[in-house]
Amino acid sequence: MSFAERPGTAEPWRDPSAEPFLRIEKLTKRFGDFVALDEVSLPIYRGELFALLGGSGSGKSTLLRCLAGFLEPDAGRIVLDGQDMAGVPPYARPVNMMFQSYALFPHMTVAQNIGFGLKQEGAAKAVITARVAEMLAMVKMEGLGDRKPAALSGGQRARVALARALAKRPKLLLLDEPLSALDKNLREATQFELVNIQERTGTTFVIVTHDQEEAMTMATRLAVMDRGTLAQVGTPSDVYEFPNSRFTAEFLGTANILEGVVEGVEAEGVRIGSSELDFDILAEPAASKPLGSRVFVALRPERLRIERVAPGSALGDNRLVGRVRDIGYYGDFFVYHVVLESGKEVRVSQPNLRRRTERPVDWEDTVAVTWDRQASMVLPE
Amino acid sequence: MTPRLRRRLVLALPWGWMALFFLVPFAFVLTIAFAEPSEGLPPYAPLLRWSGEATAVLQLNLANFQLLLEDPYYLDAYLRSLRVAAVSATLCLLIGYPMALAIARAPEHRRNLLLMLVILPFWTSFLLRVTAWIGILQDQGWLNGLLLGLGIIAAPIPLLYTDTAMYLGITYCYLPFMVLPLYATLSKLDPSLLEAAEDLGARPWRAFLQVTLPLSLPGIVAGFLLVFIPAVGEFVIPELLGGPGAQLIGRVLWTEFFQNRDWPLASALAIVLLAALVGPIALFQWRAGR
Ligand SMILES: Nc1ncnc2c1ncn2[C@@H]1O[C@H](COP(=O)(O)OP(=O)(O)O)[C@@H](O)[C@H]1O
Ligand SMILES: [Mg+2]
Repeated sequence: MSFAERPGTAEPWRDPSAEPFLRIEKLTKRFGDFVALDEVSLPIYRGELFALLGGSGSGKSTLLRCLAGFLEPDAGRIVLDGQDMAGVPPYARPVNMMFQSYALFPHMTVAQNIGFGLKQEGAAKAVITARVAEMLAMVKMEGLGDRKPAALSGGQRARVALARALAKRPKLLLLDEPLSALDKNLREATQFELVNIQERTGTTFVIVTHDQEEAMTMATRLAVMDRGTLAQVGTPSDVYEFPNSRFTAEFLGTANILEGVVEGVEAEGVRIGSSELDFDILAEPAASKPLGSRVFVALRPERLRIERVAPGSALGDNRLVGRVRDIGYYGDFFVYHVVLESGKEVRVSQPNLRRRTERPVDWEDTVAVTWDRQASMVLPE
Repeated sequence: MTPRLRRRLVLALPWGWMALFFLVPFAFVLTIAFAEPSEGLPPYAPLLRWSGEATAVLQLNLANFQLLLEDPYYLDAYLRSLRVAAVSATLCLLIGYPMALAIARAPEHRRNLLLMLVILPFWTSFLLRVTAWIGILQDQGWLNGLLLGLGIIAAPIPLLYTDTAMYLGITYCYLPFMVLPLYATLSKLDPSLLEAAEDLGARPWRAFLQVTLPLSLPGIVAGFLLVFIPAVGEFVIPELLGGPGAQLIGRVLWTEFFQNRDWPLASALAIVLLAALVGPIALFQWRAGR
């Protein structure tokens, strides 16, 4: 499931003349000696659903809290819709946040929670009532306006938090791991709904998550964060298909990493001699690097083929031979752990096309792992 | 031992404690309140008397309660005590709330130290601390000395033995009872609630009024009651610091008990005081629980 290639979606980030809606420029934030954000620069365009993806402690929340105004950056700028946000307190920013814990006011009803922002602006009662009703309808919670948050389910609380954050029509909505408290099925349904609401309202979303699946399925673009820097920025498929480093290749999805030296460019592509085993990796010519340079090649498990072969079968171009040490059963697919002669382990995943009785490959089988040239992702770094 | 039996045994301890040290003494007081005063030791007549051979007569004396309700002297003392307690509790709240809030918002490693500072005065004798105030407030005391020395006043202002001194003393002594429950509620408050309020456009002061204050109401109530209830019957502080004119219920009780040796009347006073406090509080708790 991916919304990345939504029909008719413009891709302003591919247009160099497009003006970003939110410009994050060389943002730096330190906590004592610790650098939580290190000169982060990131343009985000109007109407995007941008995901910040990264491991725990990589600085996702810190970046989000700088955008919300809860943290003052030590250096750099945040410009939203042409307005520099330096020194603008949280209550004066056209930015709202959906908190990880939802932070619903427990002493107020659902309707009072949703209307809270408008009340602060001094909006008329009738205006607030109408907007609250509109928001309740948007998140399909009509008739629950009089409940207290304690009387709601987890999914309902998430909806109220979203409705409350959108009630003031912010220019920018920040979401800090918004669905992490929900169980898997509910989370997937809510992801879908969140994307729908984002498209309908046209609000620019920046969503923090450590769940790569969530980022992949929801985001127009995503940034992979690593220790306070952006390791890679791009559409989910760009980052998945063309990871720029071992880190992103292994963080987004799984990847088998092979090491080698560029030995030549031939008609069929780049030839890379493996440093560990006596075989060559072929890759697309586009991935060319200077002769003799050391490179890492990432292989996605689902792009590999596996077949049983006679023991002692030879290695070849894009062909490895090893022994099946383990088979992981996931229902819809299998993951084979193949141990090579060098002791290195390669993962191969195969869709579960037949019923279990006829598995083509079994434990301790000798197998050949092969792949197409296009599947060899030569990492730029 | 079955778990049920064990639970009963565990529960028996606090119940036993309550029974031994609250209910039994209370029963004594209640009995004495209905007795007739008499000369001798103890200075009241037994309720149960033998008349003739095999008939016991239970004689309940309601005169004490009647007197309390009819004589405005007692009613005044009750009302004045309630007012003093209410004013003191309010003063404690006004001073204690910012303190509790500041401690709750202090960096985590400093909170325990600050709490310690609040509790520390308890480690010295209560009487000593109240007496210290006499030294500060009297005409030749430190405060007047300081003001005289700075030339702010020409003659000592009478501070000791006034209502001001009494309120000062009560507020000072009871402040920790306000700060601790307030701190307990405020420190448990999810800070992201306040951030959410600010994020939605509430300036800090409005965020406080709309979020922090209502959510700390349980702490306010607990602290208020913890100060109010003992302050109603407070005897020592008004006696040492307050003016001679103010008849508070604590002093009236003391006078009836020790000077007039009218145990039944003193007991009746205590019973009425208890009823006047327990009634409204029970009602409040019941409503809050719903
Ligand atoms: N207020 C703070 N004081 C000190 N260090 C902090 C503070 N907030 C965050 N950090 C540190 O900054 C790093 C990034 O934190 P955060 O942005 O919350 O990470 P993430 O959301 O990606 O898990 C962490 O190592 C964290 O310990
Ligand atoms: Mg975080």
